This record gives sequence, structure tokens and C-alpha cells, in this order.
Amino acid sequence: MPTVLILGAGSDMAVAIAREFAGNKYDIQLAARNKASLSPLEQDLRIRYGVESSTYAFDATDFNSHPAFYNALTVKPDITIAVFGYLGSQEKGQADWNEASRILHTNYTGAVSILNIVAEDYATRGTGTIVGISSVAGERGRQSNYLYGSAKAGFTAYLSGLRNRLFHKGVHVLSVQPGFVYTRMTENLKLPPLLTAQPQDVARDIYRAVKAKKNQIYTRWFWRYIMLIIKSIPEFMFKKLKL
Amino acid sequence: MEKRLANWGNYPAIACDESTFSQDEQVQDFISSHSAVIARGNGRCYGDASLAQYSVSTLKYDKVLAFDTTNGVFECQSGITLDQILDIIVPKGWFLPVTPGTKFITVGGAVASDVHGKNHHVDGSFSGHIIEMDVITGNQDTVTCSAEKEPDLFWATCGGMGLTGIITRVKFGLKKIDTAYIRQKQIKAKNLEDLIRLFEEYKDYTYSMAWIDCLQKGDSFGRGILIVGEHATPGELNEQQRKAPLHLTAKRKLSMPFNLPSFTLNTLTVKAFNWLYYLKNTKREINNVIPYEPFFYPLDAILHWNRGYGKAGFVQYQFVLPLEKKEGLVAILKKISDAGLGSFLAVLKVFGKQDSLISFPMEGYTLALDFPVRKGLFEFLDQLDEIVLQYGGRLYLSKDARMKQEVFWQSYPNAQKFAEIIKKYNGKKLFRSVQSDRLLLTQ
Repeated sequence: MPTVLILGAGSDMAVAIAREFAGNKYDIQLAARNKASLSPLEQDLRIRYGVESSTYAFDATDFNSHPAFYNALTVKPDITIAVFGYLGSQEKGQADWNEASRILHTNYTGAVSILNIVAEDYATRGTGTIVGISSVAGERGRQSNYLYGSAKAGFTAYLSGLRNRLFHKGVHVLSVQPGFVYTRMTENLKLPPLLTAQPQDVARDIYRAVKAKKNQIYTRWFWRYIMLIIKSIPEFMFKKLKL
Repeated sequence: MEKRLANWGNYPAIACDESTFSQDEQVQDFISSHSAVIARGNGRCYGDASLAQYSVSTLKYDKVLAFDTTNGVFECQSGITLDQILDIIVPKGWFLPVTPGTKFITVGGAVASDVHGKNHHVDGSFSGHIIEMDVITGNQDTVTCSAEKEPDLFWATCGGMGLTGIITRVKFGLKKIDTAYIRQKQIKAKNLEDLIRLFEEYKDYTYSMAWIDCLQKGDSFGRGILIVGEHATPGELNEQQRKAPLHLTAKRKLSMPFNLPSFTLNTLTVKAFNWLYYLKNTKREINNVIPYEPFFYPLDAILHWNRGYGKAGFVQYQFVLPLEKKEGLVAILKKISDAGLGSFLAVLKVFGKQDSLISFPMEGYTLALDFPVRKGLFEFLDQLDEIVLQYGGRLYLSKDARMKQEVFWQSYPNAQKFAEIIKKYNGKKLFRSVQSDRLLLTQ
């Protein structure tokens, strides 16, 4: 059976993605900072879907540990999905470098560090799929979350460059730009219900996009058009808005 | 994020902050900084039992932890729904030991309500099948309990409406089945007397319940249909069913897209519905083999059927009367039929022996009725409560949204003992609901 590696497996979105792929008969490797916390999900995937699952300790911001982490995987994954992210607090980050650096390093540097390693392996093997969960927040900086948004913007650019390079090696790279999603990360925010997706919807979109070898998806689909409008507002007007 | 929450009856709705969790520590953190917290699963209790200022949604705490397919033992986190469990266990030849009339409830909810099923007279209620469970109590500890271990906590949690704490893990026994089908028998009864006689005659069936047309008067007073069933054996299946006896084909579900305007429900439409329901069985007795889903969960096929009662919502009135007090049943049905306040659904069931600490079932007759919320309804239900009290019965807390405190304290003989155990495990009243405040259990 093909294997999927999920980086940042503790989040609500990761649980939905793991179940979507396990339901389609993929073995699942779960990686997160707190390895022990993954064992209920590991059992759940085995019992519900009859697939193999395993757990690993992985810290996105502990860059030096990344090569050893990937080398220790006895089965190398066919698909690697980077789900981890840290929304953090924009306001706190403006004054506190610790918060700002955690936002930048989790969402950008950490992702680059681990995906560089996976990319090298896939390029050598001439096969594989890399999925990066970025965000619509990376499409245009807004006063309310530009630290998170700028890190995601960097991640989006990284993924498109990686796609360009690995295309020639037979490796597929998918960038995912989710809009609002109901997860623990967003449960204290006021989200517009019509524009907010459930993690399962995002997971299903990702599975289909992997199968169809899509380059980039917005989930849900209408975010493509929302972002088109937001991106086309001239800067002299945009700066006056309170977004 | 503050939002308005209501349970299945859409009454009452209150402003509430809802949080989710996927680790025990997250709940412990949450309760250490909040009070007036209550656990909430899929919101299928009818009234206000899982409504509080802060609700802790268990829906993301939904992992299967172990499934012993040899001995039929299932262990899971509390937020998984029965519907998901059935998808896992039925293909392996196991079934829920006890299931209520909807599969869209969580395991935690099944414990907190100590749900009963059509097999109560044979298998008791859900608590009888629990091997052990974990509860995060008001001291923020995770306590493992069972009928042997911390029995006071165990029995106050089974049917205890979440007032001892947050149920997080449940391990329970399953029932062996050979097929995913039910051999069903439906028998028409001319009136209430006929129906009760039929219950007696068919009491050896594992599953039984009856539907009553409660608007009939005279000779047809209390007419209805008795429905009994057994898990079918492979030999009872037809050729098509026998090909994969443990697998059902997936069906599309209908959904009620919005609340119906309330004028669609009046005595006339209810009468017409009941009349059609009774007449659709043209023969006195029908025997067939059907998939388990329509047998156990006929209303689940219409998602959001609760919207049929309109925006004002409805209350479900379910009471139980001791076996020897069936004249109380007649008195209540008469009162409903005289008032012309019929309900779409009136379900009658006979309970077997059970009188646990605070769970609803006791040996006797239980009747469940729906009433759309409208002016004068609560006064009318207060009158029904008096009859229930007079005959030594009680109301089901999972469906209650309006019972007066004195009705609860008079009808539940262990109410005082229950309140003392709540004090022991939830002394700071961290866990409380609109219902528990109304019943003076946590006020």
C-alpha cells in the first residue's frame, strides 16, 4: 500500500487528512512534536480503515533534527503533506520577537528545512508527491495578520519554485490555499459561516487534487475568486482599509 | 466565539461559548479557568441538559482506541457517534448492545443519558454494558470508574446528565450478530387494550415497540402498530442479501432543508399523518426481513426532521409509569386526545426491571410524545406531570426542557443521593447546565 507522511499530525486538519487518505487505503505516518499524543489517532486509523499507521516525534522549528527524522523512516513515504502551522498573535508579535520568530520559523523556515530533505529524496527516486498547506493569508499582507501572512507568502513562493524544479524529475508538488476552516486554531475567532469550511471538506479537496495532479488549489473553491478581488484592489486604496 | 445553541428540540436556545478539545489536558486547562461548563456531544438530547454558558464539545475527541473482534469489546473516546461505531463493528459481525432511536448521538451522550432501546426488557440500558470509563471530575483529575471501581462516581455518571464531569473514554461490550438484517413483524392493534395484550403476547422478542395514534376516541382509543424484531440468521435472508450478509448498500439521505412554517402542523395534519401511517399496513400482520437501519433508526433517514416543527421548536414528553399502573397511561392519553394536542409520533415501549441510581428506566410502560412549542403548552404539560406523579412515574431528563424542580425531586427516589455524589465530584459546581440549575441540582 502507498504511504502518506503527515507533518504536524496533531491538528484538526491533519486528523481529517489522515482519515481521508486512510479511507482510500493509504498507510499513514503521523509526525508531531508530542509523539505520545498521536497514539489514539494511530489506533483509530488502524481499526477504522484497516491500514498501517505509525507515529514519530517531529518539531518543525528544531531544524537540526530534520535529517535524522527523515532518515529514520524505515518506509519512505510516497506522499508528504506539511500541515503544521502556527497562527500566533499579530499584536503580540509586533512587540515581542519571540512570538514573531515562532510564527516565521514554524510557517516558513521549518517547512523549507524539512521539505528540502524530502525533495532531495524524491528527486533522486524520480517519484513522489509533496503537498504544502499554505494559506490565503499569504496572498496579500493585511494589518491583522501580516506576520503569519508573510511567512505563508514565502512558503507559497517556495512551493511554486519547488514545483518548477521537481516537475523535471517526475515529482508532483501541490500547494493548498485554504480559506477559513473550523479548527481549534480558529475557534476563538469570529468566522463568517458561509465562507468557512469543515476540515473534512479541505481533506477531500486535497485528496482529489493529489489524484488529479493539480498544481495549486484554493479550498473551498470560491476563495480563488475572493482572493482575485482582494489582490486586484490598488495599493493606495488597500492601505486605507482595515482588514 | 459566542453563538446561540439549542439541542434537537430547538427549544430553548441560549447564548453560549463552545470549545473543542483533542487532548485531556486541554479540558483540564479549560475547566480550571471557567465555571458553568457542560459537555456536549452531537446535541441530540432534546432540551436543555447540554446547554450552559460554556459548552465543551466532545465531537473532535472521537478516536477508536481498541476493538477486540474476538470477544466483542470496544473502547473509544467519548465524542464518536454511534453511527461511526456501527460502520466499524457491523461488517465484523458485532452490534451495539443497546441503541436509542437515533444513531447520531455520541457515546458520551449515551452514557450521560443512560440510553435505552427497543430491547430494554431483555438487555437493560447502556450502563449495563459498560466495562469501565474515564471521567474528568471537578478536581480536574481523570478518574477511571466501573460498577466495581469508584461505583458512586460510575452510577452517578450513568444517566447523570454530565454533572459529575466530562466523560472522556468508554469501554463497553458488544452483541454478536450473523447478519446486518432484522426479521421484523408488524401487528396492527385496534385500541390500547389490544396493544397492551399484544405486548404481553410478544414479550419474548428481543426488540419491541409500538406506535400509537393518540388522537383516536371511542373504540379506537389508543390504536396503533406493534413492531417486534430479531437479528436475522443467514438462512432467513433472501438470495441478494445472502451475498454479503453483514454489508448494507449505502442509501441517499433526505434532509429537511429549512424550518417548516408552524401552520403546517395542526390537529388536522397530525390526524391525516397518523391515519395514513395506520392504514399503510393493509394487512393485520406483516412479516419481512429488512436492513437494521430502517428498523432501529426510521427517522434518521430524514436528516433534520426536527425542523418540521418550525422555528419555535418542540418538546418531547417521555414518561414511564410502573407496570401495575397502566390506568395512568389511559388517563394521560385521554387528556391528550381531549385537548386535541396530538403529536406526529407517539411511541410506546415496555421497560424491563431496572432501577439504578438516577437513570430513567424502571419496570413499566414508557410513552414518548412530541408537542410543538406554542402558547398554553407548558401549562398543559404541567397537568400531565401531575398525573405522572400521581401514578408513581417520572420523566426522561434527556428529553426534558421544562419540568418543574419539585416534579424531579418527587419522582426520582435517589435524587438526594445523586446530589450528594455531585457535591463530592463537582463540589465547586464547575459542571452545570440550564437543566441542572432549573432542577436545583447545581444552583
